[in-house]
Amino acid sequence: MLEYFLSLLILIGAAFTFIGSLGLVRLKDLYTRLHGPTKATTLGVGSLLIASACYFSIYGENISLHELLITLFLFITAPVSAHLIAKAALHLNLPSLAKLQETEMNDEAEIDPAGAIEKNQDTDTRNAGQKTKPTDSLSDRT
Amino acid sequence: MLTLSIQIAFVLVTAAIVLSFWRLFRGPDVPNRILALDTLYVNTIAILVLLGIHLDSALFFEAALLIALMGFIGTVALCKYLLRGDIIE
Repeated sequence: MLEYFLSLLILIGAAFTFIGSLGLVRLKDLYTRLHGPTKATTLGVGSLLIASACYFSIYGENISLHELLITLFLFITAPVSAHLIAKAALHLNLPSLAKLQETEMNDEAEIDPAGAIEKNQDTDTRNAGQKTKPTDSLSDRT
Repeated sequence: MLTLSIQIAFVLVTAAIVLSFWRLFRGPDVPNRILALDTLYVNTIAILVLLGIHLDSALFFEAALLIALMGFIGTVALCKYLLRGDIIE
C-alpha cells in the first residue's frame, strides 16, 4: 500500500517536471514560457522530494527532514527568480504575444515565435492585421 | 512497483533535461537562456533525488541542496547583470 503511494507521488512529480520543460519548449513567448518552469516544475520537484522524505523516513533508521529544507527553499526562490527574469525581459523590451494597445513595445518589437521559418509569415500576418484593423473600424463608423 | 515507477520517472526527467537543453541552445534571447538554466538546475535536483531513492543512499541531499542554493544565486546574478549592467554595485 505504501509502495503504491510512493510510486504515485514519484510518477506525479516526474510528469509535472516533464510538463514544465515541455511548456518551456512549446510556448511561443518568454512571458508565457515563465509559467512552465516556475509552477509546474516546482510542483513536480516538490512532489518528488516529499516522496523521497517519506521513503527515507520509513525505510531508514530515523526521520529525514533534509528534503523539506530543499522543498521550502525551492518554493521560496522560484517566484523570486521568475520575477527577476521577467524584470530583465521587460528591461530588454522583449516582444510579447499579448495584444497590448497603444504601447511602444507593440510598434517597435517584432513578435518572434520559436520557429525561425514561421517568423516571417507570422510577423507579416500580424502587421497586416494591425494595419487593417483601424481602417476596418473607420469604415464601420462611416 | 517502486522500481518500475522510478524507471519511468528517470525517463521523464531525462526528457525534461533534454528539452531544457534544447531551449538553452535555441533560445533567441538571453532571458530565454537564463530561464532554460533555471529549469535545468531544478531538473537536476529532481534527478538527484530520484537517484538517491534508486541507490538507497542519503548522500545526494547535500548535493541537491548545494545545487539549489548555487542555482538560485546564479539566476539572480545573471538577471542583475542584465538589469543593471553590474552584479554588485
